[in-house]
Amino acid sequence: MLAFAIYLSFAGAFVLALLPKGQPALSRWLALAVAVAGLALAVQGFAAGMGQGRVTIVDLPWVPSMGIHFLLAADGISRVLVLLTGLAAVAGVLFSWNIEVRTNEFFAFFLALIGGVYGVFLSFDLFLLFVFYEIAIVPKYFLIAIWGSTRREYAAMKLALYSFAGSAMVLIGLLAAYATAGSHSTTLDALAHANLPVSFQMWCFPLVFTGFAILAGMWPFHTWAPTGHVAAPTAASMLLAGVVMKLGAYGCLRVGMALFPRGLDPWGFSLIGIGSWRDVFALLAVIGIVYGALVALAQTDFKFVIGYSSVSHMGFVLLGLMTLNQIGMTGAVMQMFSHGIIAGLLFAIVGRIVYERTHTRQLAELETMRLSRRLPFAATAFVIAGYASMGGPLFSGFWAEVQVLIGAWQAKPWWVAAAGVGIVIGVAYTWRAMQKAFFSDALPHAEHDHEAAGAPLHAMAAITWPEVTGVSLLVAASLVVGLWPRILLDTIEPAVKALLAGGAQ
Amino acid sequence: LEQPGMSGFHILTLLTVLPLIGAAVALAAGKHARAVALITTLAALALALVVWTELPANGSIGLVEQYAWAPSLGIEYHLGVDALGALMLLLSAIVTLMSVDAAHRVHHQPGLYFALVLTLEAGLFGSFTALNFFHWFLYWELSLIPAFFLIKLWGGARRGPAATQFFIYTMAGSVALLVSFLGLFFATGSPLFSYAKSMDFGYLTQLASTGVLEASVKAHLGPTAMIWLAIGVLAGFAVKVPMFPFHTWLPAAYAEAPSPVTMLLTGAMSKMGVYGLLRIALPLFGSQISQMRTPLLVLAVATVVMGAWAAAAQKDLKRIFAYSSVNHLGYCLLAIFALAVPAAQTLNNPAAQASQAFALNGVILQMFNHGLTAATLFWFVAMMQQRTGGHRGIDQFGGLRKPAPVLAGLMGIALFSSLGLPGLNGFPGEFLIFRGVFSLAWVAAAISILGLLVTAAVLLTVIQKVFLGPVPEHCANFPDLHHGERLALAPVFGLMLIVGVVPSLIVSTVNPTVQNLLAHWRF
Repeated sequence: MLAFAIYLSFAGAFVLALLPKGQPALSRWLALAVAVAGLALAVQGFAAGMGQGRVTIVDLPWVPSMGIHFLLAADGISRVLVLLTGLAAVAGVLFSWNIEVRTNEFFAFFLALIGGVYGVFLSFDLFLLFVFYEIAIVPKYFLIAIWGSTRREYAAMKLALYSFAGSAMVLIGLLAAYATAGSHSTTLDALAHANLPVSFQMWCFPLVFTGFAILAGMWPFHTWAPTGHVAAPTAASMLLAGVVMKLGAYGCLRVGMALFPRGLDPWGFSLIGIGSWRDVFALLAVIGIVYGALVALAQTDFKFVIGYSSVSHMGFVLLGLMTLNQIGMTGAVMQMFSHGIIAGLLFAIVGRIVYERTHTRQLAELETMRLSRRLPFAATAFVIAGYASMGGPLFSGFWAEVQVLIGAWQAKPWWVAAAGVGIVIGVAYTWRAMQKAFFSDALPHAEHDHEAAGAPLHAMAAITWPEVTGVSLLVAASLVVGLWPRILLDTIEPAVKALLAGGAQ
Repeated sequence: LEQPGMSGFHILTLLTVLPLIGAAVALAAGKHARAVALITTLAALALALVVWTELPANGSIGLVEQYAWAPSLGIEYHLGVDALGALMLLLSAIVTLMSVDAAHRVHHQPGLYFALVLTLEAGLFGSFTALNFFHWFLYWELSLIPAFFLIKLWGGARRGPAATQFFIYTMAGSVALLVSFLGLFFATGSPLFSYAKSMDFGYLTQLASTGVLEASVKAHLGPTAMIWLAIGVLAGFAVKVPMFPFHTWLPAAYAEAPSPVTMLLTGAMSKMGVYGLLRIALPLFGSQISQMRTPLLVLAVATVVMGAWAAAAQKDLKRIFAYSSVNHLGYCLLAIFALAVPAAQTLNNPAAQASQAFALNGVILQMFNHGLTAATLFWFVAMMQQRTGGHRGIDQFGGLRKPAPVLAGLMGIALFSSLGLPGLNGFPGEFLIFRGVFSLAWVAAAISILGLLVTAAVLLTVIQKVFLGPVPEHCANFPDLHHGERLALAPVFGLMLIVGVVPSLIVSTVNPTVQNLLAHWRF
């Protein structure tokens, strides 16, 4: 059934692309219907899959002479991320309700991206996974280049080129693995059991891992992320931060670590405490956590704060993966889900709810607008989202980060110390942004601008139903997981266990 | 090795003669020449499809027609195709049809124009079916002459020098080819061998694969002669493909030729060079090529990377696509030279043999896909020129997706196909090539990946400058594709999608031929 989430999204994209112009309402409702159907399938798949291991959905020979299969399957990790995608898709459509320019094209690209993402999470054939991964690049580019804002052409090009560079590295690794394995199958299982030589894994692992990690925003290859997030229209930022960055992290885990587990072995020598690729990537993850948080602290544009916070939070995912233990990796997958929801929520508040009414994202200007009184809904939502983003208990982020930290402690205690600094700074930048944007009493510079001085008296447009629905959906998702983490843990843990047993040490 | 065709029905001869008859009628038809050309090319496409379905299943050469012509000179009338030849026939037929379709504004001597286009098609068909050097060479040259006049008479402002440069370069290549073959002829023309066969590709391949050819050339022409003959043949094809540093004629010719003619040049004629490498150079000079493999790989990688970088430096759409064609055919060269590994390394090594097969499948698929995509891109340039009175600089356009969303969308798809996006036709060929080359010459493959990235940047820049951003004043009323154009483009895009999603449609027919070719090559 889950496979229909892919087919439906692409079919929806196709129909929307052919829809005549000047039918924005129809386009919106159609897109919403497709997204909701996808979510329903994802929920159904998630519920049906509880307590089950990996389930094959479709397995057809595609290019028999090369052993390429059209193989869709789902294990616990896939099901959680498919659920995330379903939620992000519905919320994304709701927060794009105000798109008036070429509405049908916008939603066509949007659904094509969603379809590609579903495809990546459900592919268990390396070639098929790569195909979906590449297909997802194209709609991202157009969503930013056409409907974006700040320096959109630059941002779209940068994003596309970083993505292509990453996928070129993945392609090299893929071909090399396929050739070295000498197998006549490109399924992940066949390649994982091909007994690739250790020396080969030693160079192929960092190549493939880095290729995917570029999309996960790993420092120092993260620079596409803040510019891309900021330039993208709200729904696209939500998807970029919420789901597309997860594609990268998912690839790191599902392809990089599962196919080349010996690539994580110690080199046999160590340089300033770094003795394996595992140490290298853990170090980069920790730098990303601290660096992203510090840069977020210094931003003057509200959206850039959220953009850099994503770099910091994705650092936790990568760190969790590098712990190589059950609890840390479970935390990493949980963090993928949690960050997907929370980052989506933050971008929705900043890029849509607030920006649509104030037409500025500069913290210095927002300071003068007393938004906590004039937009109480937005302020409340941001307080909740900010709290969740800091990793506060009761929300999903808490469990995810706690697990990553415990796992990291078991692996290397100093990682925890560094990541802890990142969490503290995370509290600081969230607090700062919240204070400035919503709760400041600063006065407008009346002597410079009389218009601005009088402006705050006007009432702002009322909050619309799609906004309320979208915020409620995302808050509820994060809250449910925060209150009852087992709902995800029971699904993720067996899958991580199987992965650890099957490969990654 | 070869199988006769349907009894008494000379379909390959018919296929070659058909465009020539069409050309004669078109010449007389004057204003109605385009209709004649359309009917002729449609009929040719139908025949080419019949040829494709009539191929022998085991990958050998089928539909053979063989008659003595001038036996004392080793000249025979000898035709036949395997999947490689048949796929090229299909491609030529499709591209010529597209080109005729695109050329609906020929005011100056339309009769002559379409007669030349059809003659060119006959040349293409002939050179992809001929199995005797003399006969093949005749068509190789025959196709050159109409191409020259099409550039010279209907080209852009600097058409004169471009046509001359094109002609002289290709001619020089042809002379090198001819000299090499005369050398072979003299060497094999001893009483030991059959004169009547001494220009036959199949016979020469047999001699080469047993080592007799090399021994005989050494005995007659000296110990180093064989390598010089190989260089001569390679040079002839390298100009045609083209390979760095013999590519300099190409940008000028592609840019100055009218766009429908450029479609023919890049879509079909450039494949004659790659085809020649596969049908002639590798079978006869396999061991010489494997001796020169490293320098040849360097040139192929240079073709890939420099083609992409040069495209990045251009402002003219036609020059961008011209250099991007150099880049795309560079992948074919890369795979061809990579698979020429010395026999000792592939003996009892099934993994290496499989890689050779992947690479060769990739080359053949890439020839077809590049032809289709590049011709489509130049078709779009032709449409854009028609709509703006000849503009084709990327800075002269902007925001075209607003006035012309369908054109922008379809050309976008073609650009992404050229970029090698999975799901479209550009991807499977390049994937197979890289799969093969990676295990045969991984350094070359890794450096060539750079070419992929730069190509991506170039094509995205085209999308950005032409389709996005503000609309300049003269583009405000840029008309979108009308129904006729949409109808004409629909099958092309259908084909792109089908080949992209189900490449096995072509690969399953090509693969037996690939195995058959590899079995007869000796490196």
